[in-house]
Amino acid sequence: MSAKEEILSRITSALRDAPTPEPIPREYRTTSDMPLAELIELLVDRLEDYKAHVDVVDSAQLSATIADRLKDATSFVVPHGIDETWLADATPDGDARRRTDAPGAVLGIPELDSTDAVLTSSAVSIAESGTIVLDGTPDQGRRAISLVPDHHVCVVPASTIVRLLPEALPRMDITRPLTWISGPSATSDIELERVEGVHGPRRLDVIIVKGL
Amino acid sequence: MSNVFMGMPSLPVFGDGNLHIDEPFPAAAHRELGNTQMRANLRHATHTIRDKRLKVVGELPDWEELRDAGAATKNLVMANLPALLEEFEKNFTARGGIIHWARDADEANRIVSDLIKEQDTDEVVKVKSMATQEIGLNEYLEEQGISAFETDLAELIVQLGHDKPSHILVPAIHKNRSEVRDIFLAEMPNVDPNLTDEPRLLAMAAREHLRRKFLSAKVAVSGANFALADSGTLAVVESEGNGRMCLTLPETLITVMGIEKLLPGKEDLEVFMQLLPRSSTGERMNPYTSLWTGVTEGDGPQNVHLVMLDNGRTAALADKYGRTALNCIRCSACMNVCPVYERTGGHAYGSTYPGPIGAILTPLLTGIKSEENSSLPYASSLCGACFDACPVKINIPEILVHLRGEDVDSKRGEKKLPSQMDLMMKGAQWAFSSGKHLGLLEKGLPLGKLAAGRDKKIKRLPGIAAGWTRSRDIPAPPTQSFRDWWKKDHRPAAATTEQEK
Ligand code: SF4
Repeated sequence: MSAKEEILSRITSALRDAPTPEPIPREYRTTSDMPLAELIELLVDRLEDYKAHVDVVDSAQLSATIADRLKDATSFVVPHGIDETWLADATPDGDARRRTDAPGAVLGIPELDSTDAVLTSSAVSIAESGTIVLDGTPDQGRRAISLVPDHHVCVVPASTIVRLLPEALPRMDITRPLTWISGPSATSDIELERVEGVHGPRRLDVIIVKGL
Repeated sequence: MSNVFMGMPSLPVFGDGNLHIDEPFPAAAHRELGNTQMRANLRHATHTIRDKRLKVVGELPDWEELRDAGAATKNLVMANLPALLEEFEKNFTARGGIIHWARDADEANRIVSDLIKEQDTDEVVKVKSMATQEIGLNEYLEEQGISAFETDLAELIVQLGHDKPSHILVPAIHKNRSEVRDIFLAEMPNVDPNLTDEPRLLAMAAREHLRRKFLSAKVAVSGANFALADSGTLAVVESEGNGRMCLTLPETLITVMGIEKLLPGKEDLEVFMQLLPRSSTGERMNPYTSLWTGVTEGDGPQNVHLVMLDNGRTAALADKYGRTALNCIRCSACMNVCPVYERTGGHAYGSTYPGPIGAILTPLLTGIKSEENSSLPYASSLCGACFDACPVKINIPEILVHLRGEDVDSKRGEKKLPSQMDLMMKGAQWAFSSGKHLGLLEKGLPLGKLAAGRDKKIKRLPGIAAGWTRSRDIPAPPTQSFRDWWKKDHRPAAATTEQEK
C-alpha cells in the first residue's frame, strides 16, 4: 500500500462512527455600510497603530506625494504595470533612480538588495484590521520586489477599501500569490512586546488616494 | 486512487518524534519550578499577551459567533477529511505542486532530506513550523550533513542557545532580553560587541545575521497554517518577514503540514484569519500572511513540494472523545492563560506541544501508554481558562478528564489489580455516600495531627498522594471536624439573629 492509501485507510477507519457535524453557523458580520470617509479614518488609525506612515490625498496630489515619500531613496524599483502618471514628479530629470521589474527583464536578488525603495499599488484593503493585500498583478509586481527593498511605498485607491475581512475575500483571486501586509515587519519574540523592523521592509509608507 | 475503504480496519497507528516526555510531568515540573528567572520571564510575557489579547478580542462584537463558526468548520473538516484531502491534492497538483504523503516522522524526514539533496545543496533556510519540530527534522538533517537555519527570531534564539522551544508561538518565551543578548554575543559571528539588550537592536542583529542566508538560499522548508481544499492554496501567517523571504526567494520550497490543517475553501479564511492573529499575538492582524497555490510562473519558487503528515493524527482522530484536539490552530492562547504553564514553563511538558493543548494532543498522538506521556493529562487544575480562551472552542478540560480515565483503565488492564487510584476513588465513593461514613472517617483526624510534625505540617503523604506533597506541605488537619463543630455550636436553640452578625 502506498503511504497515501494507507493514511486514507487509517482515516476511514478512524471515522467509522460516522460523525455528523452541524452545519457551519455564519452569524458573524459579513457586510457593513460604513461611509467612505469613516472607512479611510479607520484604516489610517489601524495602520498608524502598526507604525506605518499614512498620507490621505486627492488623485491630483498623488504624484507629488509619491515624489516626497521617495525623496530620500537613491534608487527605487517599480513593477512594469505601474501607472506612469504617478511617477511624473518622482522622476523629473529622467529615470536615473528608477529601476523597472518586468517579465523577461527581472531584477536579480542582489540588484533588489541594493535598491532603497519600492513603489507598488495594491488590490484590496481591510480597514478594521489595517491590512493591505497585494496580488501580483502588473501594478504590484512579483512578490520579491515588495520584499527585499527596505522601504515600501504602497498606494491604496480609496475604492479598494472595505471594512471587514469577509467583504475583502470575494475581491481576492485566491490562486494568485497573495501577500497580506499589516504594517512594517515586526516581532513579538522578545518578552512578547512588539518591536517594528526585522526582515521585511522596515519602513512602510501608505498613500490612500481619494477618487481613485 | 479512490478513498474507498481498503482492507482491514487499521488499529490506531501512533506517532513518533519529539513527542515523548522521558520523565513524568510532576518530576519535570518540580525541577523547572526551581528556575526562578524563568518563572519571572514567563509571568511577565504571559501577562503582557493576556492583556493584549483581551483588548483586541473585546473590540469585535461578533467574537463568539466567529468562535462558533471556527469550531463547526473544523468539526466538518475532520468528518470529511478523506474527500477534502483528495480535493486539495487534485488542485495543488493541477497548479504544478508536488504532494508527498508521510505515515510517520521518519518517513517525512527522509522525504524532505531526499528533496534537499536533489538540489545539490547542504543548507536550507527554515520558517518556524511545529510539524518539523514535532518530527525532529533539524536533527535528522544534521545527521545527513545538511544545515537547517531557523529564521524566526525566537527559533533562532533557541537554536543559537542550544536550547529547546518552550512555547509554540514564541519558543524562546522563557528567555528575557538580557539572556537573549548574552546568547547573541556568545554565538553570533560578527555581532557588534556593544550590543545592548534593547529588543529593537536585538531584532536588528538577527536581520544582519540572516540576510545573506535569505538572499542566497536555494531551498526553504516551511510549515503551513491553513490549506484550502477547493483551490489547493497554502497559507503561512507570520510577523517578521522571514516567512516571506523563505516562501519567495529560493527556487525550491518544501512545506511540511499535518493532514488536519485543511479548510474547505477561501470563505473559511474570513473566520480563521480573524480568530488566529487576535488569539496568538493579540494583534488585529499579523504583519504578514502569504498565500500560494502550487507554482506561479515568474513569481517565487518554481519547484514546490508539500509533505502531508500523519504521525499519529489518524490515531487522535479515532478517539471520538479526543478528536477535537485536532481542531487546534496553534494560536497558543491556552498556554498563555494557563496557571500551570505559567509556573512550570513549556519544558516540563517534554513534548513539542506544551501547555493545555500539549497535555491532550501529545498523548492522543502517541497513545496514552507511551513512555511517561500518561502523566500529561494530570498537568492541569481543570480551571477551564484554556477552554474559554480557545478560538475554536476545544473543550480541553473535558478531554483531560477523558484521558485520565483512559490512563486509569490502561493501568488497571495491565495490573489486573485495583490500583491505588481505584481504591482512593472507591474510598471517596463510600465516604461521600452517607454522612455517617464521613463522620466515621473524620474521627481519624487527630491521627493526622500525629502524622504532622511539630511545625503542624504534613510533609509526605503515602502512595500516589505523595505526588501532592512533593512540592508542597499540607497543614495538619484541625483536631475537630467541621461537622463536629457545627453539631456542638449550632443547637437549634442557639440560632443567631440577624443583628448579632
Ligand atoms: S487548543 Fe485552542 S487555544 Fe490552544 S493553541 Fe490550540 S487553538 Fe489555540
